Amino acid sequence: MDTTSTVERVSATGIISDTIRTNFLNADYGIKSWLLTKDHKRIAILYLISITVFFMIGGAFAAMIRMELITPEADVFTSEAYNKVFTTHGIMMVFFFLIPSIPATLGNFLVPVMVGARDLAFPRINLLSWYIYVIGGLFTLTALVLGGVDTGWTFYTPYSSTYSNGYVMLTGIGIFITGFSSILTGLNFIVTVHKMRAPGLGWFRLPLFVWANYAASLIMVLGTPVVAIGIVMIALERGLGLGIFDPRLGGDPVLFQHIFWFYSHPAVYIMILPGMGVVSEIMACFSRRHIFGYKFIAFSSLGIAIIGFLVWGHHMFVSGQSSYAGIVFSLFTFIVAVPSAIKVFNWTATMHKGRIVYSTPMMYALGFIGLFLVGGLTGLFCASLGVDIHIHDTYFIVAHFHYVMVGGSVMAYLGGIHFWWPKMTGRMYPEGWGRFSALLVFVGFNLTFFPQFIAGYLGMPRRYHVYPPEFQIYNVLSSGGALVLGIGFMIPLIYLFWSLKYGEKAGPNPWRAAGLEWETTSPPPTFNFDYQPVVDHEPYNYSEIDARSSATVSTHSVQEEQHV
Amino acid sequence: MSDAAHNSLVAHQFDDARQQQEAATVGMWTFLITEIMFFGGLILAYMIYRNQFAESFHAASRVLDVWVGCFNTCVLLVSSLTMALGVRAAQMGDRKKLVLFIIATMIFGAAFLGVKAYEYAEKFEHHLVPGPTFHFHGVPGHEHAPNAEIFFSLYFAMTGVHALHMIVGLGLMTWLLRKSIKGTFSKDYYNPVEICGLYWHFVDIVWIFLYPLLYLIDRS
Amino acid sequence: MSDHSEHHIVPLKVYFLVFSALMILLFVTVGVAMVNLGPFNIYVAMSIAIIKAVLVVLYFMHVRYSTRLTMVVAAAGFIWLVFLLGITILDYTSRSWIPGSYQ
Ligand SMILES: [Cu+2]
Repeated sequence: MDTTSTVERVSATGIISDTIRTNFLNADYGIKSWLLTKDHKRIAILYLISITVFFMIGGAFAAMIRMELITPEADVFTSEAYNKVFTTHGIMMVFFFLIPSIPATLGNFLVPVMVGARDLAFPRINLLSWYIYVIGGLFTLTALVLGGVDTGWTFYTPYSSTYSNGYVMLTGIGIFITGFSSILTGLNFIVTVHKMRAPGLGWFRLPLFVWANYAASLIMVLGTPVVAIGIVMIALERGLGLGIFDPRLGGDPVLFQHIFWFYSHPAVYIMILPGMGVVSEIMACFSRRHIFGYKFIAFSSLGIAIIGFLVWGHHMFVSGQSSYAGIVFSLFTFIVAVPSAIKVFNWTATMHKGRIVYSTPMMYALGFIGLFLVGGLTGLFCASLGVDIHIHDTYFIVAHFHYVMVGGSVMAYLGGIHFWWPKMTGRMYPEGWGRFSALLVFVGFNLTFFPQFIAGYLGMPRRYHVYPPEFQIYNVLSSGGALVLGIGFMIPLIYLFWSLKYGEKAGPNPWRAAGLEWETTSPPPTFNFDYQPVVDHEPYNYSEIDARSSATVSTHSVQEEQHV
Repeated sequence: MSDAAHNSLVAHQFDDARQQQEAATVGMWTFLITEIMFFGGLILAYMIYRNQFAESFHAASRVLDVWVGCFNTCVLLVSSLTMALGVRAAQMGDRKKLVLFIIATMIFGAAFLGVKAYEYAEKFEHHLVPGPTFHFHGVPGHEHAPNAEIFFSLYFAMTGVHALHMIVGLGLMTWLLRKSIKGTFSKDYYNPVEICGLYWHFVDIVWIFLYPLLYLIDRS
Repeated sequence: MSDHSEHHIVPLKVYFLVFSALMILLFVTVGVAMVNLGPFNIYVAMSIAIIKAVLVVLYFMHVRYSTRLTMVVAAAGFIWLVFLLGITILDYTSRSWIPGSYQ
């Protein structure tokens, strides 16, 4: 096994002299050429910039939460202000960062390239989706500036519909609008994957990243409208005095929870499925092996997308929902863990006897597996009816979903950004810094969230800023970890910027990776390929690639691949 | 790139007109299933409350005028027929008929909204709009409806969202009309007509369900 | 691009037949509503509405003449609606099964 620490790349020089090539970045100049672009790659960059802004806002609010929680007393915020702070953190991170994160940036950039198309099926709708996203974001930011909203990101009725005096309407409108951007992205992906695949690219030759984004798109299209109508109903109730959830008229506030979680549980899979797609790509490339169990991974994505719609009531075990429904929801939640476990198993098997290269993307992918495993397994605790009554609304839940959403999605997102950065920008990032910050994120993350499992299990409730002093030690650890995590997120931001100008030039395929996106130049031309790509081989043919390159760059003996 | 197959009617990302047409159709259908789920939330609320407050729903529904609703359903069904005939005219490249059918569809659509506005105005007069002024009298023999306000909340939410979709539909029709008068559509290019037609029929289907759900609960 | 199945032009007769069926079903549903069938009124009304919707989908919306993909997409919408309605109903109907519980 070759575990040498240097990441090998095929030198860019000698393949093409890429100084004069026109690509999507230098095809046109000026702000107008960006704001009116129909090129999916430019739209991906626009999304990348805007979600980074929202990530930083959400992160700033996370920092405020951790600052407040260092001591058991109320030091920085009043209770009311604290409610607004954690609500804003949740809304920014969930609706404006996590949900669009991988699909709208990496997905937008890569799906058309990976299927060998010139663009998504509906480029104008793609641009529209970005504008909708930004407008929705502006509404929510306006609400924030005016005084914020204090309902929690879940908008539970009747508090949100009747009693809260925060800016529920404005925030709701913002989220409603942004929902449409998500729907349009999903719609575009579905049609593109069905109708725009290059000749020879059958369904089982598609990269798993495409499968994952396709499955996530199904959820976006089928789930998002349900939460949208839920928000409309709250708006009608607050604004026009209609009474749909109002208990005074006989309405049932729990009905809102059903509508809300019908989307918001599958939404977790909108965040995690594309992340799993990213990990599949990275895992195969840096293990230098064909992905183990291709079809299992592909179908488990679809399985998660479908079964994920049947489990939403596990958020409502103590809401007054019928215990019989609770049993069904609990059962389905256990079942939906199976396809996730299949994926983890297959990734592990892919690494087995592979020649693992510990590059930055691979470190993020390995981090993903570890953290997602913890997040997923604690999810089973939460899904057990009896256990959930103990841990419901405690920090155990907070730790659980951060392990899935940050430990899962964000790790995969960062891994993917590093993996495809040379493709997107034509430049390499500094590998040493990359690995250092990946390690920092992993350590910081665990330091932040592992103590929360313990505090939660011992009974510390979520959404309180004044707590019994015996929980202080866990909160201090957690806040310290958050600092490390924050630094871990800042470093890539700095060096990725730096690399745009000073990074080493990347050739078309710096990782010697398989897939259509690596066959075109870096960055790709406006229509992605200078020729009509035709696919005549199976995906993840790493043994072939290595056999071919060992003829020229003989660093490995091919022998190792014989005993699989 | 297969430039040979490209003409001005096929967008650059597509290989040929067929791919473009299929993509547009699937795209519209995908959008329509989001619409199904959108109305699904309202239908869910309706189902739950109708089961819980059966008596109130029965009494409250009697206040609505079956025949006005029936008339409006007819109007909408006719508009669907004219829309379908419009698409057919477009397929055959018959520009004159296309324009006529689009205008007819718009007239029937507007008529539906007019009747709806009349019904809303009536509800305002009779204090049947939820809120502080709400007061339910009912019809003779069916005065007892403690939860009538929920029924009318759902009535306004469901028909309101539907009416909003009709207004969007009329907007689309106006756009189609302008294009078809200009002569944009032909036998080889009538995608937008077909796509807008799908939307129009979908809005019609929503009403096909709303009518029995709201007007026909208990008339025996 | 001369001969594809999507260019299928439906005969006028079919449109008028479907339209007549829709009108007849409309009056049937109004008529049935006037008869007291107890709990079955809603089932009859919904069955008729579903038949009408299917007619519109198949003929006015051309799904009968479309690709299989279109049919799958159209069907998926209705299946997911059943997920939403069915499972939520499960909660509400089973709330009273435990003696002494809410509702
Ligand atoms: Cu969940």
